[in-house]
Amino acid sequence: MAAGSAALGVADLPTDAAGPQTAEIELIVNGRSRRLELDTRTSLLDALREHLQLTGTKKGCNQGACGACTVLLDGRRVNSCLTLALMHDGAHITTVEGLARGDALHPVQAAFIEHDGFQCGYCTPGQIMSAVACIAEGHTGSDDEIRAWMSGNICRCGAYPGIVAAVAQAARAG
Amino acid sequence: MHPFSFHAAATEQEAIAEAAAGGRYIAGGTTLVDLMREEVERPRRLIDINRLPLRDVHVQDDGLVIGALARMSDVARDPATAQVQPLIVDALVEGASPQIRNMASIGGNLLQRVRCSYFRTLDAPCNKRTPGSGCSAIGGANSGHALFGTSVHCVATHPSDLAVALVALDAVILTRGPGGARRFPVEALYRMPGETPHLEHTLEPGEMIVEIRVPHGSYARRARYLKVRDRASYEFAVVSVAVAMDIDGGIVRDVRLAAGGVGTMPWRLRGSEAVLTGRQSGRAAWRDAAERAIDGAQPLVGNHFKVELLRRTVVRALEMVGGAA
Amino acid sequence: MIDPSIGLPLPRVDGRAKVTGAAQYAAEFNQPNQVYAVVVNSTVGLGRIAAIDAAAATGMPGVVAILSHLNAPRLPYHEHRAFVDPAIGERLHVLQDDQVRFFGHPVAVVIAETLDQAEHAAAAMRISYAAETPVVRLDAPGAVMIVPDAARKPSGRTIADGVRGDPDAAFAQATHQIDATYDIAREHHNPMEPHATVALWDGDHLTLWSKSQFVVNEAIEIAAVFGVPAEQVLVICPFIGGAFGAALRTWSHVTLAALAARHVGRPVKLVLSRRQMFYAVGHRPRTVQRVALAAAPDGRLAAIIHEGTAETSRYEQYIDALTTASAFLYACPNVRTTYRLVPLDSSTPTFMRGPGEASGIVALECAMDELAVALAMDPIELRLRNEPTVNEQNGLPFSSRSMRACYALGAARFGWERRDPRPRSMHDGRLLIGWGMAAATYPSSRAPANARARILADGTAEVETAASDMGPGTYTSMTQVAADALELAPADVRIRIGRSDFPPTPPHGGSMTMASVGSAVQAACLAARALAGGTNYRDIIARRGGEPIVAAASSARGDEQRRFSMNAFGAVFAEVAVDPDLCTVRVRRAVGAYGAGRIINPRLARSQCTGGMVGGIGMALMEQTVVDTRDGRPVNASMADYLVPVNLDVGSLDALFVDEDDPYVNPLGAKGIGEIAIVGMAPAIANAVFHATGQRVRDFPIRIEALLST
Repeated sequence: MAAGSAALGVADLPTDAAGPQTAEIELIVNGRSRRLELDTRTSLLDALREHLQLTGTKKGCNQGACGACTVLLDGRRVNSCLTLALMHDGAHITTVEGLARGDALHPVQAAFIEHDGFQCGYCTPGQIMSAVACIAEGHTGSDDEIRAWMSGNICRCGAYPGIVAAVAQAARAG
Repeated sequence: MHPFSFHAAATEQEAIAEAAAGGRYIAGGTTLVDLMREEVERPRRLIDINRLPLRDVHVQDDGLVIGALARMSDVARDPATAQVQPLIVDALVEGASPQIRNMASIGGNLLQRVRCSYFRTLDAPCNKRTPGSGCSAIGGANSGHALFGTSVHCVATHPSDLAVALVALDAVILTRGPGGARRFPVEALYRMPGETPHLEHTLEPGEMIVEIRVPHGSYARRARYLKVRDRASYEFAVVSVAVAMDIDGGIVRDVRLAAGGVGTMPWRLRGSEAVLTGRQSGRAAWRDAAERAIDGAQPLVGNHFKVELLRRTVVRALEMVGGAA
Repeated sequence: MIDPSIGLPLPRVDGRAKVTGAAQYAAEFNQPNQVYAVVVNSTVGLGRIAAIDAAAATGMPGVVAILSHLNAPRLPYHEHRAFVDPAIGERLHVLQDDQVRFFGHPVAVVIAETLDQAEHAAAAMRISYAAETPVVRLDAPGAVMIVPDAARKPSGRTIADGVRGDPDAAFAQATHQIDATYDIAREHHNPMEPHATVALWDGDHLTLWSKSQFVVNEAIEIAAVFGVPAEQVLVICPFIGGAFGAALRTWSHVTLAALAARHVGRPVKLVLSRRQMFYAVGHRPRTVQRVALAAAPDGRLAAIIHEGTAETSRYEQYIDALTTASAFLYACPNVRTTYRLVPLDSSTPTFMRGPGEASGIVALECAMDELAVALAMDPIELRLRNEPTVNEQNGLPFSSRSMRACYALGAARFGWERRDPRPRSMHDGRLLIGWGMAAATYPSSRAPANARARILADGTAEVETAASDMGPGTYTSMTQVAADALELAPADVRIRIGRSDFPPTPPHGGSMTMASVGSAVQAACLAARALAGGTNYRDIIARRGGEPIVAAASSARGDEQRRFSMNAFGAVFAEVAVDPDLCTVRVRRAVGAYGAGRIINPRLARSQCTGGMVGGIGMALMEQTVVDTRDGRPVNASMADYLVPVNLDVGSLDALFVDEDDPYVNPLGAKGIGEIAIVGMAPAIANAVFHATGQRVRDFPIRIEALLST
């Protein structure tokens, strides 16, 4: 392996795709219809961040291994980095920007502040979207159940105790 | 990511025709999109099959029926599945994060590709990705690699937890494709690397998994999927064991055992099953079964510990299901 | 009269911005007409670039430009060295020559209209190398140990050879001896936010929205690299998505972003991929440490020998205080600490949370635990018997040292008196339960800092300072400091940070933001208040015709550093449950008790400390960058494979603070807690694992594999 030649594995495959490589789709993001003309390769995450300027949803690993990009897709929590935008023509997407009602924070958002369920804030939108879903799914029966069902969201600052407390409180309030 | 064109198929016939013309199916996309981003996968045309009506999960007289496009989370929270096949629920819940479970389809889960780091990057030799380029793992970092079913060309571990459970339960796959419909055991979906590590499964071009059928068995309700790993969640198995056992009057009447994290494919432990069948349940039998489970293991420099861990995991899984006495 | 806010557990003032997604991180400052840059990294661990074939990539749709050493301009790279940069060596120069110094060395940058286009073109670059065999492990044949040049002086934070008494003779003569070697794996910071820079040139003025813990230095560094006046570079970074030291230095990707933007004449966004985060943005060096302890039967230490070796790169000597604390944490007449480096064909390590102490105290505190076992003595008792009255390394009194109180408070909260000292004696069903503890310390330092306070006509105030907030809560704690100094309600104060054109501050690291920046903010606010001549600001300013009152102030350390040894101290207690068959380890609960001076905001301080404890769980049980011994490739360069704790790994954590009034350390009396929060946790866990299992694992992390095979 020491003798190096780059890009092993990029055989001389045809790079041309068969057919158009852009598509027009509609996403209903936080209740608002957004029409987009996208490269077929665009992930749902990049569509939000780079095309719709909804940068609340974060890119942490771009591999589905951290949870920072979690959004609700037709009400279910998903990793927006692992799916292509054009697979969701017509779908309803809820991002962290869509939770508060005017000045009134969503109870999960308020609980995260109260219990200091974050530090740097970068995993926070994903944690909050995951928490909203976790509560809706009914997986908040105990602290350990919350821990298990919130384990798809890594927090490198280690704010887990506050996250668990925030989810538990929001679940009780909800 | 290589450029590609995209088509959302409205019908199965349309999807199969597209695939026969060179298109590649995408369902949940959790494996494919990830590997396309690394350019390890380079489809030129994607056929989105998510609109096909293949999501139904129900129990019928001869077993559990799972539509191939059902999501992991849908199956895991299905009450009928929990009742007749708790092993499957265990394996699904342990198998991915809640977000990924909401995305990943059952069919796609079975077809997920190996986690070997050398496979997942273009800049390392890998016989699976680029046949003939060599295997980086054999002389490199291989603590996560397989003990069974390896060859001098590839030692990567199959990552699916669900597949381990399904192989244990003698589940059957139904497919449809350009060549018609087929039905075969889940175990027969997989190929060991041998001389052709780039071939991982036995599906024909354009063939689509449409359904999984899991036969009822007297062993099914006493079952457990035990996944051992360094962090408590969100990690692939270091070693895992699926066990389903029918014990009557202290005698093992029927048992199914398979292991994950140790094989180049989901690894059925038939030798252990033979040791157990008809035996008095208990620690002595569990230990004998575990001893048999590690027979033929071919550890690499970095993964010797998995042999002992597999032995212990088999014992523990059997204890959890059959008691520790 | 408004009640003081310092000491109150106020929620974060930037909480709303963070929970609504409004807080903007570097990569989120999208600019009109922006293009995307993707770095291409070497695929060999050492050698030269033999040829670059960019033809395929160049012809791809959307590709704007491709830069490599073949066509990149020669950059001035003027001399500039901040104290976050190693004192010895020269920073990595990019695209200036054909040399490859480590696996993942940046060798080209591809610029395209969209991110997908840029990534695809980057993957299509064909680069061949004349590869050589790199030395990538500090215990590899060919690895050579050196004395770090910057540590040759007999004083300072890092001393290559420190000795008092006759440690070897004392060790040989003692009745009880421990001599053990501890090996801690290389770790990567892996903040959730990847490094990112958006670069925009306007003529010869450059604006960088860039992830940085040290915006002032980033501007100066990039100015030096490009040979432009520092005031022509503006760095903006209002929020940092975690960093833990990885964004202290200005790494080469910032240069690449600025270079790309200048080359194409458009704003460029460059974000590292998660894999690229393992190549050249620093790491905690792997260390191998021998600790030999000798004691009399009553537990009094007769000798401490701590020999630490760490990896560094071939082009820079990164040093930290790996063995420093062993010279003063305990009373002992005979002490030798040595510190060596092994230069490798890798990128340069850097500060990672608790640099030096986090690793060094693992070795010292595990050895102390081994000694306690050898003496059949309670580990707290052993430590109490060796509690010093002064810093015996330099003879200085401690400005304050609450070690005894930390032991007492932590032990009481943890329930330590219920511990059965015998290994494998405590159970929960089948699980083995272990209780372990360790001491912790980290120095309290302070560097010159500046701030500007402005009282406005509406009676509110704003404070500007170049500081950063990577998560500890700088915005909030500075609000409290300013509010109290101005006698305003916190809601009437706005803190603005993260711009290099604000009054300069030291790096946001080393647990010194509150001590340094907080003191400056306080001084600026007190100066403004003095200018106002009262606190009825609205009336005062109205009388001045509405003109705001502005005051700037600096704060720097006085002679306290020469008069006192100033450190935070702590005691950490951990309970683990170990499956005796499967060898999995879980931390069920932990308590950290800290003497860290004045706590500005208990809610945030508690959060910061429990967060550090989570980092300690990672260090003890999970984290390791696996290096391919053949070429230095970081094999597990992903978040799926580089394991850090997830929520389910973390049991109940508690952080306590002893009342400590330290009048010497700085005007606020705050010692800083960011680093000490991680120090002590990993050895407490390791000691708990020993208590649970009777197995002494000295290689970290302690994974299933380690417990199965010892």
